[in-house]
Amino acid sequence: MKMKRMFPILGLLTAVLLSYALYEALVVAPTEQTMGNVQRIFYYHVPSAWTAFLLFCINFVCSIQYLVRSNPVADKLTNWTVLAIAIASCIAAFVIRPLPEGIEPSSVATTGLAICGLYFLIKKCFSRTRTDALAVVTAEVGVVFCTVVLVTGPLWARPVWGIWWTWDVRLTSTLVLWLIYISYLMLRRFSSSGQTPVLAAALAIFGALDVPLVYFSIWIFRTQHPQPVVGGGGSIDPVMLHILLINWLAFLCFAGLVCWSRYRLEILQREVEETQALEAMLEPRGSR
Amino acid sequence: MNFLYAAYAATWIIHIVYLSTLVRRYQRLSREIDELKKK
Amino acid sequence: MNKLSAAPSGVTGATLAKDLRLEWRSKDALNSMLFFSLLVVVVFSFSFDPNAEESRQIAGGLVWVAFLFAAVVALNQTWARELPNQVLDAYRVSPAPANSLFMAKALGNFILVAVLEILMTPLFIMFYKLRALGPAWQLIPIAALGTWALVVNGTFFAAISLRTRSREIMLPLLLFPVSIPALLAMVNATTAILTGELSAKFWIVLLTTYDVVFTIACLLLFELVLNAE
Repeated sequence: MKMKRMFPILGLLTAVLLSYALYEALVVAPTEQTMGNVQRIFYYHVPSAWTAFLLFCINFVCSIQYLVRSNPVADKLTNWTVLAIAIASCIAAFVIRPLPEGIEPSSVATTGLAICGLYFLIKKCFSRTRTDALAVVTAEVGVVFCTVVLVTGPLWARPVWGIWWTWDVRLTSTLVLWLIYISYLMLRRFSSSGQTPVLAAALAIFGALDVPLVYFSIWIFRTQHPQPVVGGGGSIDPVMLHILLINWLAFLCFAGLVCWSRYRLEILQREVEETQALEAMLEPRGSR
Repeated sequence: MNFLYAAYAATWIIHIVYLSTLVRRYQRLSREIDELKKK
Repeated sequence: MNKLSAAPSGVTGATLAKDLRLEWRSKDALNSMLFFSLLVVVVFSFSFDPNAEESRQIAGGLVWVAFLFAAVVALNQTWARELPNQVLDAYRVSPAPANSLFMAKALGNFILVAVLEILMTPLFIMFYKLRALGPAWQLIPIAALGTWALVVNGTFFAAISLRTRSREIMLPLLLFPVSIPALLAMVNATTAILTGELSAKFWIVLLTTYDVVFTIACLLLFELVLNAE
């Protein structure tokens, strides 16, 4: 119950942080040389993308856990596999040369460790059914943030490159990811069986397999047919980086609060449904 | 410049729309809880 | 039916034979798919009426979109046939491995869609005056790999959408996003062969990777889906 009281305070802090980040982005940040003021969309576009990817990552981890925790053998096996992946990503980051463009060894290692750490953290803090609730929550909020990315992207591209959309690696992968998770949410909505979580988890795993394939295939496609590539990768002004990170922190706090509210709503809804089902069972059969 | 404001506005509109759906679902749920409590 | 052993290949073979026999007797799915594909070809050909030069650029996309829609028609009726008389429950209870059932269904669909493609291709060549400028024999592995990519995921998602409301629309909603890399590869490979400008080798490798990854994923996860109530 202490959590409930903390919510308004955290909400206020987040609002302050978001306002501060907005001020930094609009006023303090230096104007970019070639693109002008429109470049400031970057401070909203990129943090939203990173947040969306983080949320979908959490969904993927939750989906695997839900499927695996029903069976103790599979559970142990997956624990060891995740540990192996963590170690392998650290080693691979520094051993595999050359890496695809725009990817640093340290980020590969950090991502590997972070995802594996997330796996064990979620395992410790959430029971199996609650993991499923978390999966729904992160999918929904992830779709919201992904929508922001897909709307701000073209709004940035149009004044800078004169086109609303291009089939480059990042935009197309993001679109496919968005489509997959919308289909995930539709499956959740339209499926009436008690095994919906299992089916949805299977779909989430398919999606997670698909996205690297999309990224890879379009990356190769683009190198065959050179097109205007969306900016990013390469060096960034330290002041801009600082403001970008502030905005990311602000959006992460915001996403955290939204997820928390949605999570509470989900748990409450499940309790109400259970109670209603129980009531229906215990009702006297007078109407028969 | 207009694109900049449009992008920022669009971001917040999307978030606000989602939050309002959450609020509506909360209200519907608390109504259902009240009905259950009455029984 | 006494040829049915619990050995995987026996079950797969028997189920596949049963499905094909049923289909050959009623020809329900085949007839509706054929007519639907014919309609699609006709509608496309008067919607896009390019000259021979342009048609080579766009035909790859058109052909695969038409095959995709036809495949969806086939996939939709895959599992629906098993619902009356609780045939699906009988499968679940039997000692037959779930994977065998899946492979049988996927192979059955593959044969059905492949037959359809063989029948539709001459029509496309005629309407669009197509002539491959690149190595035309490569179109066969592309067609085989591409069809398998659509069919393996389609059979899996058809099983998932079996227990949803609006089952028929759920299948394309689930299938299309996940199939995008495969579609990209199929369309680009076909265009590469038709225009003869680029090599299709990379796309064939990508399709093979996609097929291997998703066949394994389907086989691993199908048991869960089958037992889901």
